[in-house]
Amino acid sequence: MEFAEHIKTANVEDVVLRQPLHPPSRGTLCITGHHLLFSDREESSSRQVLLLLRNIDAIEKSVENLLGYPGFFSNAGHSERMSGSSGTITIKCKDLRVLQLDIPGMEQCLNIAHSIETLSCLDSVSDTYPFFYRPTDLSLEDQWDLSSPEKHYSQMKELHERWRLSSVNRDYLVCASYPPAVIVPHSIDDDTLKKAAKFRQGGRFPILCYYHRKNGMVIVRSSQPLTGANRKRCKEDELLLQAVIDGSDKGYIIDTRSSQQAQQARMTGGGFESKSCYSRWKRLHRQMERGKSLQESLIKLVEACGDESHNMDRWLSKLENSKWLSHVQTALSTAGLLAECVERDGHSVLVHGSEGTDCSLLISTLAQLIMDPHCRTMEGFLALLEREWVQAGHPFQHRCAHSAYSHARLQQESPVFLLLLDCVWQLWRQFPLALGFSEALLLRLASQTRRRPNTLKRFRRK
Amino acid sequence: MEHIRTPKVEQVRLLDRSAGQRKASVGTLYLSATHTIFVENNPETRRETWVLHSMVSSVERPPSTPTGSQLILRCKDFRVFHIFIPQERDSVDVHASLVRLSRPEKYSELYCLSFNPNVNKEEREESWNFTDLTADYKRMGVPNNLWVATAANSEYRVCDTYPSELFVPKSATPAIIVGSSRFRSRGRFPALSYFHQDTLAAVCRCSQPLSGFSGRSQEDEMMLQAVMKSNPGSDYIYVVDTRPKLNAMANRAAGKGYENEDHYTNIKLQFIGIENIHVMRSSQQKIIDVGEMRAPSMTDFLWGLENSGWLKHIKAVLDAGVFIARAVADEGISVLVHCSDGWDRTAQACSVASILLDPYYRTIKGLMALIEKDWVSFGHKFSHRYAHLDGDPKEVSPVIDQFLECVWQLSEQFPCAFEFNERFLIAIHTHVYSCQYGTFLGNCQKERRDMRLCERSHSVWPQLWKDRAEYANPLYKAELSQSQGVLRPNTTPYCFKMWKGLYNHVEKSTPPRQSPADFLAAVKEESQQLEEELTNHQEVPPGGPTHQQQGSRQEDSNPDGEANHMGEGGGSEEDD
Repeated sequence: MEFAEHIKTANVEDVVLRQPLHPPSRGTLCITGHHLLFSDREESSSRQVLLLLRNIDAIEKSVENLLGYPGFFSNAGHSERMSGSSGTITIKCKDLRVLQLDIPGMEQCLNIAHSIETLSCLDSVSDTYPFFYRPTDLSLEDQWDLSSPEKHYSQMKELHERWRLSSVNRDYLVCASYPPAVIVPHSIDDDTLKKAAKFRQGGRFPILCYYHRKNGMVIVRSSQPLTGANRKRCKEDELLLQAVIDGSDKGYIIDTRSSQQAQQARMTGGGFESKSCYSRWKRLHRQMERGKSLQESLIKLVEACGDESHNMDRWLSKLENSKWLSHVQTALSTAGLLAECVERDGHSVLVHGSEGTDCSLLISTLAQLIMDPHCRTMEGFLALLEREWVQAGHPFQHRCAHSAYSHARLQQESPVFLLLLDCVWQLWRQFPLALGFSEALLLRLASQTRRRPNTLKRFRRK
Repeated sequence: MEHIRTPKVEQVRLLDRSAGQRKASVGTLYLSATHTIFVENNPETRRETWVLHSMVSSVERPPSTPTGSQLILRCKDFRVFHIFIPQERDSVDVHASLVRLSRPEKYSELYCLSFNPNVNKEEREESWNFTDLTADYKRMGVPNNLWVATAANSEYRVCDTYPSELFVPKSATPAIIVGSSRFRSRGRFPALSYFHQDTLAAVCRCSQPLSGFSGRSQEDEMMLQAVMKSNPGSDYIYVVDTRPKLNAMANRAAGKGYENEDHYTNIKLQFIGIENIHVMRSSQQKIIDVGEMRAPSMTDFLWGLENSGWLKHIKAVLDAGVFIARAVADEGISVLVHCSDGWDRTAQACSVASILLDPYYRTIKGLMALIEKDWVSFGHKFSHRYAHLDGDPKEVSPVIDQFLECVWQLSEQFPCAFEFNERFLIAIHTHVYSCQYGTFLGNCQKERRDMRLCERSHSVWPQLWKDRAEYANPLYKAELSQSQGVLRPNTTPYCFKMWKGLYNHVEKSTPPRQSPADFLAAVKEESQQLEEELTNHQEVPPGGPTHQQQGSRQEDSNPDGEANHMGEGGGSEEDD
């Protein structure tokens, strides 16, 4: 596809860039297939802004014809200009930055706005920037090696006695969102896994994600069982879970839905592990918000942060009303519960909600951070994210398509990953000496996932 | 002693959640003339807990239960002790004694007049000269050809709540001063609080004018004119009334009020809207309750925080300081600050502005000088506000608490700009209430002189200075550009946080809080020791190195200075 057809005006001179906390600067604006570039072209202390179009969440444009309404809608700045017309584009980014561009010439302004609107939300994944990005110091072959189940398994010698690496998902046929290799109990063969997968939503059968060296207990995650309204059972799934706690008297299931929600899920074919079929598992329900309500919460939070009334009461009530911090608190306390089950009570735990691609990952990641010092190092944390989010099939592209400013109708957007980063930040605030990385890494991760949802991985697989 | 009916009770259980205790410990309770002392029975630890009577703000006795009866001791530093006493009769006695002991009726009952740290007479006298206000004014460049010392208030003739030494505009004659003071509430005429050498603009303070609806005073108008003339760079001054405008207007009905802009030429009147002491008192009670909540939901917490209004008030005080600092530093305009009597909100606004304007006040010694100047010498009513004696509860209000919290909020925004840490602010807070030293006793300079406090008690500043290692902020960098010059804080609401270190003792200790600053300080100290050792090795000729630097590391001592008076002098008193 040619990007050029969307770019009618590639260059505009004499553009004024305004950003909060920066003095306005005047320079040249340039649009390419993936970027917006602004440069004031000063020799010394030059200011440049390189913005990935994909990072743009919403734009607002206002044009005016100065011949008709001299300076009517404009700031003091423009009316000085004697040209016939001009326009202003306000760009709101997914990483929550806001930029304002004053562009001389109404037509140019409309052209630029049109290009941004089109290029910032291209539908086809293969047109997105990661497919064009060629860092000079990296080759494509070796950079995907940060962590994989294979590597994870080979590093954990203690695991080998009771757990094995299965390649049942070699061609992504058993579960499209799982990696090719998964860690499962030794005693369970691949056929059993295949049958168990049919009993779990999206084929996400229970697999190991964490082994607690201190007492040999594990965290396992999956999606909900497809028990449905008439309480179907699956012998293989029961066997698989039995094998997980083999030798121990019981295990916990942390369901990230309320028990009422879990009951209701049976109407649509989902469900939960009943006491009668999984007699040695004890279910704990902790309701966690996800999907639309989480997205709406973020929108309210961002709106509260942008409030300019400087009124303390209004800020606190908006903050409370957004419920964002309540979600942070719930996530951290549920992860704390999971960690307590494993570390203090000495039992293995299965985590799932419905799809098992959002809150389950959030909880298992946080619990690993809480329990395992290695996950708190820079390398360990990145490997953890690679395993628990990228490889575990968090649908980044759907969840991060839009951010808090977009007026587009919400579909599958949900800031679960951002919620994770916020929770990690809160842990860092409470234990400033325990993490091997700083706020800067979290901020960078937050803006990277917003700008270019990590899609390469999925495509490499398919 | 006559108030102590039962000096010793055994088999008492004490629960101190602020020290991270989950279960009560069993021990013996002693009442001395100055302290409640609890000694644990456990022979291994025998931990002692000392609570100064003057730190107790209330003693509650909930209905007894079969297992014994309970006393709840709430302290002025927001710690709470639960004491379980087996015999009801004992608990009635202890309760009655504590109620009486925690509310002294006369100054002579106060701890500072019996407290005797290990110093001789000379050292004590010397301690009172530790903060030298004349030197501080000199540091600002005063007196000069714009501001001069006046003898008008010597022997407190013109205003009995002001210090005897004051600086006024050069053109203000004694007649103008006296005339102006007659037109000001309680005679508190405009006087210099801070002089900014860079712009030659000044911060002055006074009380509200007795203008009513139409009153005016020629001398007072001349006084304000003189303030303006003492700043060669400007042709007007700001008059900052720190009250909400409605309150100021209401005061006119009582013959007080604010400056009429028609009568005073070249002034710009600005209202800031800091609420009065009564609003602040009830607001603080609410935030204390928020701090004591156990495992609140996020909604409960945020709602409690909002409902308390506390951060809103802190923001108002900081906003006042920011307005003044901006006028002085950026516009070069002098500011006259007042509220009603000019000793609460005015002290807050002036001292916050000084902290923003002058890096010196962000050092340990500087903050001492600032408090000595804007609060102690200018007649902030410490004994009334902090209930040193049993008196009118309506006079009590956390005015200096709010100033200290503003400094803390600033230190969170500018972590490298302050020489001291949070513990220093909390230590000052404790001593404002504790009456252990004479510094904060009384309500004005005259009262302190009449009580001969300098001869009968000690100053707190040298003691705090002695412990400065514990109060040092390892991140402080005086030469950093951020730490220099004027601080320009962000005052959007989300920049204000709840001061957990002061209001939430429970969380502070379970689990033990990690403090990067303490870690850094320890690393710094260690590397310093290693360096010293290295130089020792280099200096000493081969064969005979001496190791005398070892073991100089301090043990972690109690953060609120309670350890200072552990075991001191209490022995004889308990037996009475």
